[in-house]
Amino acid sequence: MKLDPRQYDEMVSRASPPSPVVRDCAWAFLVGGAICTLGEALRQFFLIWYDKTLAGTLTSIALIFLSAIFTLPGWYQKLAAKAGAGTLVPITGFANSVVSPAIEFKAEGWVTGVGARIFGIAGPVIAFGTLASFVWGVLYWLLGKVG
Amino acid sequence: MSYVWAFVVGGAICVVGQLFIDYTKLSPARILTGYVVAGVILSAVGLYKPLADFAGAGASVPLLGFGHLLAQGVQNAVDECGLPGAFTGGLTAASGGIAASLIFGVLAALVGKSKDQN
Repeated sequence: MKLDPRQYDEMVSRASPPSPVVRDCAWAFLVGGAICTLGEALRQFFLIWYDKTLAGTLTSIALIFLSAIFTLPGWYQKLAAKAGAGTLVPITGFANSVVSPAIEFKAEGWVTGVGARIFGIAGPVIAFGTLASFVWGVLYWLLGKVG
Repeated sequence: MSYVWAFVVGGAICVVGQLFIDYTKLSPARILTGYVVAGVILSAVGLYKPLADFAGAGASVPLLGFGHLLAQGVQNAVDECGLPGAFTGGLTAASGGIAASLIFGVLAALVGKSKDQN
């Protein structure tokens, strides 16, 4: 059987597993989507009693609590190994980045271990997020003065 | 219907993050920081609020939503008390999530063992 290069390429791509990027993205989509759907269920639940703003805050707090519970036995990290950005990008990933070093660096003491390391990832996120919001606040104020 | 859009939009935002991981080798800390700052910018130019109204938790749960929260907080505070609001609004709006992370983090350290992480 003779094959031209194009046919051969087709056979190779059919026989080889899907590229790691496609697989990673599928995992990220499914797990990230599932976490957001859980968030939506919690939000609808809190909306029964509270206004939109408070329901949103309570949704975040509930997801952060669940993330801490799943981080304790190491389950969140196990899922993260497969789900990648699907577990990193939601607020549960932020919570994991706080809870995980808090547990890990307990051996280095409560102040220099837990207290300091807790901000390893949350610190830059809060610092640059706050700075960006401050810049926007000043711009927004100026726009109000001009307009 | 709100659940379907929460799933699709939330999942799509995570796929973008996955592409950053696979193609740029950015560290998780850089991606999370970038997402929050991007959320502030998208919210400031007025793009994120329509998405949040449409996709609910699909837009608010990813860290872009955290940035949106900061930007909205700062806007509301500036509306209420002028320029000082640029300092107070962001963290006030985000305080629940930040406090919850820190509180549950320290509590988890109280009950967890270091070796659990390996």
